[in-house]
Amino acid sequence: MNAAAMHPKDQTYPPSQTRPLLEVSGVTLQYKTRDLLVTATRDVSFEVYPADRFVLLGPSGCGKSTLLKGVAGFLKPVAGFMRLNGQMIDGAGPDRMMVFQDFDQLMPWKTVLENVMFPILVSRRFPRAEARARAMASITKVKLGKFADAYPHMLSGGMKQRVAIARAMAMEPAILLMDEPFAALDALTRRQMQDELLQLWDDTRFTVLFVTHSIEEAIVVGSRILVLSPHPGQVKAELNAHQYGHDHQGGSDFMALSQKINTMLFAEGHHG
Amino acid sequence: MAEITPLPVARLSPPIRPEFERTTPPVSDAAEIERPLSLWEHLANMEGVRRGAIVVALMVAWQVYAIWLSNPLMFPTLTDTLRALWDGLIHGVLLQRIGATLQVLMTGYAIGIALAAMLTTFAVSSRLGADLLATLTAMFNPLPAIALLPLALLWFGLGIPSLVFVIVHSVLWAVALNTLTGFLGVSETQRLAGQNYGLRGVRYVALILIPAAFPSILSGLKIGWAFAWRTLIAAELVFGVSSRSGGLGWFLFEKRNQLETDQVFAGLTCVIIIGLLVEGLIFRTIEARTIRRWGMSRG
Repeated sequence: MNAAAMHPKDQTYPPSQTRPLLEVSGVTLQYKTRDLLVTATRDVSFEVYPADRFVLLGPSGCGKSTLLKGVAGFLKPVAGFMRLNGQMIDGAGPDRMMVFQDFDQLMPWKTVLENVMFPILVSRRFPRAEARARAMASITKVKLGKFADAYPHMLSGGMKQRVAIARAMAMEPAILLMDEPFAALDALTRRQMQDELLQLWDDTRFTVLFVTHSIEEAIVVGSRILVLSPHPGQVKAELNAHQYGHDHQGGSDFMALSQKINTMLFAEGHHG
Repeated sequence: MAEITPLPVARLSPPIRPEFERTTPPVSDAAEIERPLSLWEHLANMEGVRRGAIVVALMVAWQVYAIWLSNPLMFPTLTDTLRALWDGLIHGVLLQRIGATLQVLMTGYAIGIALAAMLTTFAVSSRLGADLLATLTAMFNPLPAIALLPLALLWFGLGIPSLVFVIVHSVLWAVALNTLTGFLGVSETQRLAGQNYGLRGVRYVALILIPAAFPSILSGLKIGWAFAWRTLIAAELVFGVSSRSGGLGWFLFEKRNQLETDQVFAGLTCVIIIGLLVEGLIFRTIEARTIRRWGMSRG
């Protein structure tokens, strides 16, 4: 955070040195409900570079979660393509670990340690002994070392989300996908989790694609923000937010950016 | 301080009270916060103790009533029944009868579960399978197994195959229906999480769907067991004998014909005890080790 904060706000560093990790190009996604075919996103393009904290931001109905599901491989685009490390995304896979909003993403029949080890074992990434060590290290990192043998139903919501994050990080995925991971938490826990996520990022510099509908969360957590319009989701803007953290909340720059995004989302047509 | 004219009381609602802050004093006496329960409270908290007390009360009532009635042909005393039970188990054929019954039961139960597993796997993997299972269960679940007995006799003759046939019928639909309901109820997030790990096909069903649907599957197995046990005893009562190897139901029928009422009661006691043991020991242990430990069920 602090390193990022030192960069002057207006200076940009052209990405010519590094190839994008994730390329999303002209992607249109559709899904079927019982009697409707809904176009969730239309012609969305963006690029995520290594160590980006890339946020998809928009009001409900802008297809940001659907977009994330597309990147995860749960959904095939009807137009456009998505490439991870130059490889076309085809189906779900453990190189894109997902952290969901719902607390029931953990397997209730497994302890915390088993939950974190499970994807490592089933994807045969590491042998059992190493999987265990890695899982334990990851659990310690999210400060749940004492709860390794507890079952998920004994944990609070925030702890469950920490386990889900530990589970995803232990896999060392190419990109971490987070679908409003803190939306179901109370405000105090949410803030704490945002800080912890930023600390983890400071330690390991993973790449994360983060979906949220909170402007404040987007600015605090994200280094770059993709603003989407609703029905169907289309790209409205791509903004930098790497210079802001919790410390800047209430500052005039922070407020200005927040206001700018707010106007972008709600200026024409009163949504929400 | 300037004098402030007090507002009329009626407008001060809610009243404005003074603020305060305080430091909480340390609580010296730990016993005030928690205290161990007394022995009596501990005992009263145990479900086994409470239910055991009810059984003992019923047994006393039985004994008292039977002595008062004094008609062993109609209603033998508890002690007579227990003696008959003991004799039957040690010297008589009762143990043999129980063995014969349980053997048939396990065969039918196993076949029923295997068929249910096949049907539900087919049902979750294709729409046709789901329709097939839904239709079959809707048709056959309400059909009492015992009603198929005449047909079973016609097809398989007098003997064990007929019994197995009706048991399979009573187990299959209950288990299949509950398993399918359980599979369909697995939350979207858990499904996606499983796919996210790259699980497909049989591994996906075995590692995600079955444990996630386990509460439903287990209740299906329990219902199936109860159906099978009742059906089997009833079926044996009707035509339980093949050569010399009848089961418990046949034992009841035989002893009633011989007017050995205490033996009939002993046989019934066996039926109840086996039912209780399977429910209370086997299924409860499975429940405690699985769904209750996982927090999927309370109680």
